[in-house]
Amino acid sequence: MLNPLFWLQAISLAFSQIWANKSRAFLTALGIIVGVASTTAVIAALTGLKSKVLSEFESVGASKFFVFPDRPDNAPRNMYPWEKILLKPAEVVAIREECTLVKAVTPITEVGLDVESGDKRIEGITVAGIWPDWHQVQNRFVVEGRPFSQIDIDSERQVCLINEDAIRELDLPANPVGEPVLIGGRRFMIAGIVETVQARFFGMNTSSAEIFIPFSVAEKLQERNFFMRIEGMFASPAEAEQGQDEVRFVLRRMRGIQPGEPETFQVAAIDKFIEQFKTLAAGITAIAGGIVAISLLVGGIGIMNIMLVSVSERTREIGLRKAVGATPLAILLQFLLEAVTLCLVGGFVGVAIGRLAAFGLTKIPGAQLEQADVPLWAVALSFIFCAVTGVVFGMFPAVKAARLDPIEALRHE
Amino acid sequence: MAEPAAAAAGAPLIEVRALAKIYRVGVETIHALRGLDLTIGRNEMVAIMGSSGSGKSTLMNMLGCLDRPTSGAYFLNGRDVSRMGARELALVRNEEIGFVFQSFELLPRQTALENVELPLVYATGAWRGRRARALAALERVGLQDRVHHRPNQLSGGQRQRVAIARAILNKPAILLADEPTGNLDSATTAEILSLFRALHQEGQTIVIVTHEDEVAAHCQRVVRLRDGRVLSDLPIAQDVAGRFLAQHAAGGASC
Ligand SMILES: Nc1ncnc2c1ncn2[C@@H]1O[C@H](COP(=O)(O)OP(=O)(O)OP(=O)(O)O)[C@@H](O)[C@H]1O
Ligand SMILES: [Mg+2]
Repeated sequence: MLNPLFWLQAISLAFSQIWANKSRAFLTALGIIVGVASTTAVIAALTGLKSKVLSEFESVGASKFFVFPDRPDNAPRNMYPWEKILLKPAEVVAIREECTLVKAVTPITEVGLDVESGDKRIEGITVAGIWPDWHQVQNRFVVEGRPFSQIDIDSERQVCLINEDAIRELDLPANPVGEPVLIGGRRFMIAGIVETVQARFFGMNTSSAEIFIPFSVAEKLQERNFFMRIEGMFASPAEAEQGQDEVRFVLRRMRGIQPGEPETFQVAAIDKFIEQFKTLAAGITAIAGGIVAISLLVGGIGIMNIMLVSVSERTREIGLRKAVGATPLAILLQFLLEAVTLCLVGGFVGVAIGRLAAFGLTKIPGAQLEQADVPLWAVALSFIFCAVTGVVFGMFPAVKAARLDPIEALRHE
Repeated sequence: MAEPAAAAAGAPLIEVRALAKIYRVGVETIHALRGLDLTIGRNEMVAIMGSSGSGKSTLMNMLGCLDRPTSGAYFLNGRDVSRMGARELALVRNEEIGFVFQSFELLPRQTALENVELPLVYATGAWRGRRARALAALERVGLQDRVHHRPNQLSGGQRQRVAIARAILNKPAILLADEPTGNLDSATTAEILSLFRALHQEGQTIVIVTHEDEVAAHCQRVVRLRDGRVLSDLPIAQDVAGRFLAQHAAGGASC
């Protein structure tokens, strides 16, 4: 019943209407533009971060596991004092000795110490105490000199490993193996250089000085009840499930946890972190969606306002169109189409700006967002949201226009 | 008195019975039409006259299906238009009626051609070949060299020609013109009227509202209204406006 010519002219009219009132249309669509642009940018950043983090998790490997101290949920604080929950060095030894599925395991404890070399002094460098297995677990190896040996650990030798950044910051010679440094006022010999791994996730370990010492030495430098975590590797990802049970069994026994009692530690494999990250990303995406919904609501009210103005400005035109045979439906669709077009143009500009912002994000050094990109679903969703906004908020003005009495409309002004 | 004239023109195209229109403005009621009867046959050219406020425009709006009567019946081509809904009326306006307004009512941002095409946009049937049809209509009114001009690039007379081209595009059953020359000077008025006459000669039924006897003298029949009723309905020769007939004949010859 409405012929193709109608649609053709309705669409061209919608665009020419926007073109004729460029600045007005721009100001009206601003809410939508800003909303869509910021949301697409956030989603782009998130997408970039996600693929980055996931690929990084994958490179870390699915056979890796972590152990943390953990207070049981809903348990009273005084029943589980922190010092009872903390992991103990004896526990990691037990894991190494008794867990057959664990291929490599290391305790890690970090302590902030002042480091000196010659007249160069850096305050509060994070010094990590580790076992030789650390290299295998972290997949970071020694590129110069030698790694720690079991003898270093057992006889608490004052040796250390450092990374390139630490060499630079301490003004050490290019090959400092064998050179002395003062760590926390004690003399350590540099045994080797640990390779620098680019871009660890969440900005961890990115371009900062790192110093490693034998775990047994770090223990002495720490306070009495110090925090340590355990990282380890199973022989293969297939054994991860069983291996975790093994670790839990050993720890439960060491801590004397009866069956049915809650565990005071957590054993986690990498997939758990992936799950957590995905949940977090979904949460942020939902918030971004909320922002777009609010901005579309605000923008939609602007659209409704401008469409009402348009209807009253063009009352005579509406009257004439009706006089030459436009049905109420044709007028309704005409104005709806105009509102939708305005919203879609706003959405288009918003997505374009969002893309541009995403491109800008990839260029920020150190932001870890070089994979930031607006996914197609976000573009499609933006357009759908915008179109719906146009229909919802354009409906009232369009109905008003459609209901106009032709002769009253022609008599307007 | 009106019947003989209508009968002479053949079967009625327009038949209006006891048409009344009452406006309510606040507490006041205005009887714009008070039970008006009128019959117009095919290919008639009728002038509607009367003092200001006598109901001419109100009647024209009814005839053009732009407005609905408070009471009474209106048969257009045998169909009872006064019972139709908004959608059906729109269709009737699109297919059966061409309306020419005193103030032209062209869309200012569209070209002459686009303005003329407008009825086809809302046509349910044949919209194909619209360009050719719109061009033909523009040519018919003598504006083939102003096709892409916008209204503000045209003179008043040319604008009214565009409006007439638009009105005749769908080959309507009736062409209604409410004071079509009201905004034009006398020379342009003469041009527009001779265009109407030519269309009439091609078989178009035309109803023109006017204040001027000179304009009315171009028609075959003059209906005079007073207070929303028909005061007189006479063939032009018997109406006072008939005194301009000889003048037109002379003027027409000199043109
Ligand atoms: N929308 C309206 N609301 C109220 N009264 C109206 C309306 N339209 C017309 N009228 C009244 O109806 C009567 C007839 O008006 P109409 O416009 O038909 O007169 P007309 O014969 O066309 O006059 P003119 O020659 O001045 O154009 C007038 O008294 C007018 O005031
Ligand atoms: Mg009038």
